[in-house]
Amino acid sequence: MLLASLVEPSFGLIFWMTLSFLIVLFILAKFAWKPILNGLKEREASIADALNEAKKAREENANMMAKNEDLMRQAREERELLLKEARDIRDREIAGAKAKAKAEGDALLARAREEIRNEKNAAITEMKNQVAELSILVAERILKEKLGDAAAQKALVDKVIGEADLRKS
Amino acid sequence: MSIPNLLRTASLLIGSFLFGAASAQHDGHDHATHDHVDVVDSTVASVVAADSDAPKLALEEAEHGGRFDAGKLIMGHIGDEHGWHLWGHTTLPLPIIVYNTERGVSIFSSGHFDHGHKTYGGYMIHEGSIVATKDADGTDVHHATIDEPLTKATWDISITKNVLSLFISLAILLFVFINVAKAYTRRAGQAPTGFQNMVEPIILFVRDDVAKSAIGPRYMTFMPYLLTAFFFIFLNNLLGLVPFFPGGANLTGNIAVTLVLALITFIIVTVKGNKHYWQHILAMPGVPGWVLFILTPVEILGMFLKPFVLMIRLFANITAGHIIALSFFSLIFVFGETNAGAGYGVSVMSLAFTVFMTMLELLVAFIQAYVFTFLSAMYIGAAVEEPHHH
Repeated sequence: MLLASLVEPSFGLIFWMTLSFLIVLFILAKFAWKPILNGLKEREASIADALNEAKKAREENANMMAKNEDLMRQAREERELLLKEARDIRDREIAGAKAKAKAEGDALLARAREEIRNEKNAAITEMKNQVAELSILVAERILKEKLGDAAAQKALVDKVIGEADLRKS
Repeated sequence: MSIPNLLRTASLLIGSFLFGAASAQHDGHDHATHDHVDVVDSTVASVVAADSDAPKLALEEAEHGGRFDAGKLIMGHIGDEHGWHLWGHTTLPLPIIVYNTERGVSIFSSGHFDHGHKTYGGYMIHEGSIVATKDADGTDVHHATIDEPLTKATWDISITKNVLSLFISLAILLFVFINVAKAYTRRAGQAPTGFQNMVEPIILFVRDDVAKSAIGPRYMTFMPYLLTAFFFIFLNNLLGLVPFFPGGANLTGNIAVTLVLALITFIIVTVKGNKHYWQHILAMPGVPGWVLFILTPVEILGMFLKPFVLMIRLFANITAGHIIALSFFSLIFVFGETNAGAGYGVSVMSLAFTVFMTMLELLVAFIQAYVFTFLSAMYIGAAVEEPHHH
């Protein structure tokens, strides 16, 4: 009969169990489970939000970094370009200057050479003229003075030549 | 789940074996109570009559040279009592509340029954339950006669050991979870602290792994019941493992308690069941008409069988666990009776086994709370499931 009492639900316990369990269920549902479940949901939502925001921030950061990197690269490229241009310009200038200097030098040289040649020609012509005059003079004097010996002749020639100013006439 | 299932099956098997042994003993007592001439059995009969104090008396019998009765000790521990045996000869008297049409409501302390030996206020304890009698107060129960017709009209809603234990556990639940709820509102959005930290994983477990997975998108409606049922069962399973006051009552191993819990699940399923659910029970779509003659009765039977199984499973698991632990414990005294040395020898083994069983019961306490809640959620889930469009 003890066994029977074990598997035979007693009225009193069913009564109290039903009554008190339902009351507690109601109270807990209203004052415990509702705030707890809401709190959990809110916290989860806020954590999810925070995570999302962190992710977004990270993405933005990465974007910014990429953008910075891009800007830096652009700046570098620009600098390279500028430098290259400057180098080109310099090279061109130098090359131009060199060419010009060379041309000018050449021209000067050419002119100098021309002048030298002209001067030389003029000098040669002058010399030719003076030599001819001198020869004529010498010959004239010789012819004018009778010269006894060869030594006197020689001295005379030297004297005439010495008297002749090549620069003159 | 395979290992817990195995354990459960094993404990059920052992439990049923012990049940068999116990029932065999009771047949003997039945015989004894009907036959008062038998002097040797009259002591046993008195124990049966006063089995509200069965565990204590069973030990007393042993102390006074009588035979130690393990079955009585165990049954006394897992059953209900009018009065809570605390220690030695001290029993906490509990209020007796009875009603019948003839005498109206009677409320008095169970102490007046003098451990079930005497009558009081026209009532006495007979075989663990309150019966009406016409004998004067203070009559010895053995000489009192039961007033059968009046007993049948008597409703006993006494605060028994189990009812008090029920109140204590519900008070603990209220205290704990209202405080935890306060923590959630006070520290909204912040990380959990203290006790909140301890229960939150379980709440999340019930929500995510029980309700969400078994019920689906409409799980929120059923969360309060599932959480309350889970923590109620879990707490009482644990309290049942505590051998002294305020633990020690075998509440979740009491069929009245599991009956009410299963009934609530049944009512929820029946009330919340949608068209789809009823259609599948009454006329399974896509099944030829003649099969329905077999199928529909089976489905209707299944409707009642599911909560019935819920009730039996929890009751049997917890009760079986208690029986096994107490059986190991009783072995000490059974052997001690034949030889004190044997008693001491066995006590070492018994203690080891009892500790092992208690460890196992800790596991079972959680598993059974989980299983009850999960299966309830499954039944609810089947009832509120929206039809699939194939």
